[in-house]
Amino acid sequence: MGHYLRNRLLQAVVVILIIIVGNFILLNAVPGDLVDVLAGRGGDMDADLMASLRARFGLDDPLPIRLLDYIRNVLTGNLGYSWPHSQPVLDVVLQRLPATTLLVILSVITSVFIGTLTGVFAARKAHKLTDVILSMVVLVCYATPIFLTALALMLIFSVQLGWFPLSGLTTAGAEEGILATAADMGRHLVLPVVSLSLFYVAIYARLSRASMLQVLTQDYVRTARAKGVSERGVILGHALRNALLPVITMAGLQITELFGGAVLTETIFGLPGVGRLAYDAVFARNFPLLLGILIVCSFIIVIVNLLVDLLYMKLDPRVELTK
Amino acid sequence: MTLSTPICASADPVSHPAPILTVSDLRIETTGPQPAALLESVSFDIRPGETLALVGESGAGKSLSALAILGLLPPDAMRVAAGQIHLGRTDLATLSARQMRAVRGGRVAMIFQDPLGCLNPVLTVGRQITEALRLHKGLRGAAARARAVELLELVRIPEPRKRLDEYPHRLSGGMRQRVMIAIALAGEPELLLADEPTTALDVTISTQIITLLRQLQADIGLSILMITHDLPAVRMIADRVAVMYSGRIVETGIADAVFAAPRHPYTQGLLSARPRGAIAAGAAPLTEIPGAVPQPNERPSGCTFRPRCPRASALCAQERPAMPPATSGSKAACHHAGTSTDHARAF
Amino acid sequence: MTAMDTTPDTTAAKARPARPPRFQMLRRTLGTPKGIAGLALLGIVVAMAALAPILFPMGPWAMVGRPYTWPGDGPALLGTDVLGRDMTAAMFWGAQISLLVGLVSASVSLVIGIAVGACAGYFGGRTDAVLMRFTDAVQTVPSFLFTIVIVAVASPTIHSIVLAISLVSWPAVARLMRAEVLSVKKREFVQSCRIIGMTDLRIITTQVIPNALSPVIVIASVLVATAIITEAGLAFLGLGDPNVMSWGTMINLGRPAIRTAWYIALIPGGFVILTVLALNLLGDAINDAFNPHLRKR
Repeated sequence: MGHYLRNRLLQAVVVILIIIVGNFILLNAVPGDLVDVLAGRGGDMDADLMASLRARFGLDDPLPIRLLDYIRNVLTGNLGYSWPHSQPVLDVVLQRLPATTLLVILSVITSVFIGTLTGVFAARKAHKLTDVILSMVVLVCYATPIFLTALALMLIFSVQLGWFPLSGLTTAGAEEGILATAADMGRHLVLPVVSLSLFYVAIYARLSRASMLQVLTQDYVRTARAKGVSERGVILGHALRNALLPVITMAGLQITELFGGAVLTETIFGLPGVGRLAYDAVFARNFPLLLGILIVCSFIIVIVNLLVDLLYMKLDPRVELTK
Repeated sequence: MTLSTPICASADPVSHPAPILTVSDLRIETTGPQPAALLESVSFDIRPGETLALVGESGAGKSLSALAILGLLPPDAMRVAAGQIHLGRTDLATLSARQMRAVRGGRVAMIFQDPLGCLNPVLTVGRQITEALRLHKGLRGAAARARAVELLELVRIPEPRKRLDEYPHRLSGGMRQRVMIAIALAGEPELLLADEPTTALDVTISTQIITLLRQLQADIGLSILMITHDLPAVRMIADRVAVMYSGRIVETGIADAVFAAPRHPYTQGLLSARPRGAIAAGAAPLTEIPGAVPQPNERPSGCTFRPRCPRASALCAQERPAMPPATSGSKAACHHAGTSTDHARAF
Repeated sequence: MTAMDTTPDTTAAKARPARPPRFQMLRRTLGTPKGIAGLALLGIVVAMAALAPILFPMGPWAMVGRPYTWPGDGPALLGTDVLGRDMTAAMFWGAQISLLVGLVSASVSLVIGIAVGACAGYFGGRTDAVLMRFTDAVQTVPSFLFTIVIVAVASPTIHSIVLAISLVSWPAVARLMRAEVLSVKKREFVQSCRIIGMTDLRIITTQVIPNALSPVIVIASVLVATAIITEAGLAFLGLGDPNVMSWGTMINLGRPAIRTAWYIALIPGGFVILTVLALNLLGDAINDAFNPHLRKR
């Protein structure tokens, strides 16, 4: 197990290095550099000044040296400076991280819970009418892009019915106090969380239904019945734990997809998360910030992947044998 | 509703105690618009401390009989269409779902062919044993753990305390089957249904498991229904034998008598298809029964063994041979039953 | 051992397992309710794409009436958009773009994925390690964000969009391909090709890839669907090709008007869902056909 873990950590480090190099290449592919940005902001700037600034920032060093500088900077948390915010990129991104994290966690919990429940229920009714109808609903949810769900929900529940606020995370000038603030944030988060969950509910429902049906044919389920375990005990105590293994993998995937993948939802609902930040960065052509977001999100994803692997190892004792 | 009466024809109430399991005229069909009979008129019984071996090729319906006893036939595919199963004097068909669960793993336990697939991969060995103890003996916590250790000792597993916290994939095939037996014994059953318990194991391990079952039988007076096509194992453990062919019992009797003088041509073929003992000089050459077991929906008229039988006659096509009334040795459902010396040319 | 005295081709042919008859496979796929429904829905979209130049020769940008005409209120079947363009024409021409983006991106990612996966699986060792860490890295970067970055850096054109989508979606193909190749390369017919001295390139292209392809084909429908959704999402953000009328472009145009004229955003949205649904149904049907043992029970 120790060996497996060491290997896995080493892989993660290599992956991070590759991502940093890839970012560097992208950053260099952007037309114009930092000095051009400064020149653009400060009106006209003469060529001599621009050259001396380039020398000062090390922009005219040979490519390999700049790459090494870049790697060192990234690893020490220096992701560059975001001029529009007058703040280091890392600080800007970190300020936006809590909103996204909250959104992701709520959405993962909601969709795993509802999706698995639906899937297990459908598996118990397999090939009956309930299952067929559920499968159709699930299929439509599975085919609906998240941003369309978000648009439709906003149209119905905010614009038409006025049940939920249109945008943002909090109401300006709302009551003070932890409870009031939490309730206010909750109201703002309902639609974004539902939007981000519906598609994943469909995925978990499909996954857990198939996995449950497969597990129920396993010999150990028959053993459990032969032991006199009740139907409920068979499902909850013996089948579900095995059937949930692929769900765990998917949940890890969902977390990693939503960090940086919630751009559209955050934009539609005006939530101050990293996705919305990325949207703004694109249109401000603020590439250091955009690539900073990419790197921070990738880091988070690498860590989440490691944690999911550890969790999986804990839940499935056979894993150590496969590696 | 009616009180059961002992049905076993051969029962001699003075010398034999009442059977603990009586299966009479059991018929299992597939569900669906055109039901096919998987099992027809199957009757047998088992007395306390006795081992009955159900022998036959795969597809003969041996395992179905065992699953039917526990009420574990796949509900959407098969059903018991006729016949009764009595456990002691209780008709199992009259039991509620809850009472039936108390029987499963309680009075009747079962072990299976593939001990790896049959153990839950994500639960420790201890957890799987203590679950049975909780359900049938009401034991929990430390008491359950202590009893689980005793059970592992009973099935001769070394270092039982250590094994409790291990997962099934860490154990060897023989160890896993011992664990399965320990789980089965947790409810202190009267009857153990052993469905091909040695088929997936090496010959030496298989012998160890059979030896273990015999010791357990001697120690705790267990009755065993042994389902197998492993004839050496049958020789070692069985008191009586019932030979099944395409959903019916075709020959039954005291094990020694059946092995010494098989009367049904199918039994004779089955016995001669196996090497007798080692590759001794002058051992009878291996013969095969030509053809294959017919599918349930393609069974021929009359005797179902007819197409593969060297003794088949016109009568066999018209009339299905019935099982004759009791005799002391063995009896066979065949129009031309007889030992192979009577029919020297058979096979 | 016997391979030495026979000619190369017959050995390989003899040892190669019989492939499932393609025709039967097709019939099994399309005979199921899911297959029929998927094919019918996809047929509608394909027909729209094909008929666009015939029914709407003026193209999707021509203005035909007053802006914000609701469906049914004017001559335009599906109403007009914010500038008075015919929504019906936009939907028909948009079908072309969606299918084109979907098919081309899926093909490019299949080619990259198959090449990377096959090499990693076949050569193993260091090649495998390098290729797979590279695959991991691409898979780790949040894919939609990565697409946005590539499109933003390269400026949004239909080519850069297709390229960006392909560049982020090949890792899944590579992983699947690698796993499949690992099992295929152990089989006898590949071993015998080695013994008779075939080159690696020839073994990979003529023996390994064809026999490892089935599970990859199954996910092709997913790739097409994902590409269509991604293109719509990019266009919705305003990162679509400004010279191309896609469904996403129309959703983007309709978004500011969502309070009053929600049909402008939701009609093209409906077409995206329809197309993705068709592809998913077809994908399920193909999957069931390839894994018949999973179908019942």
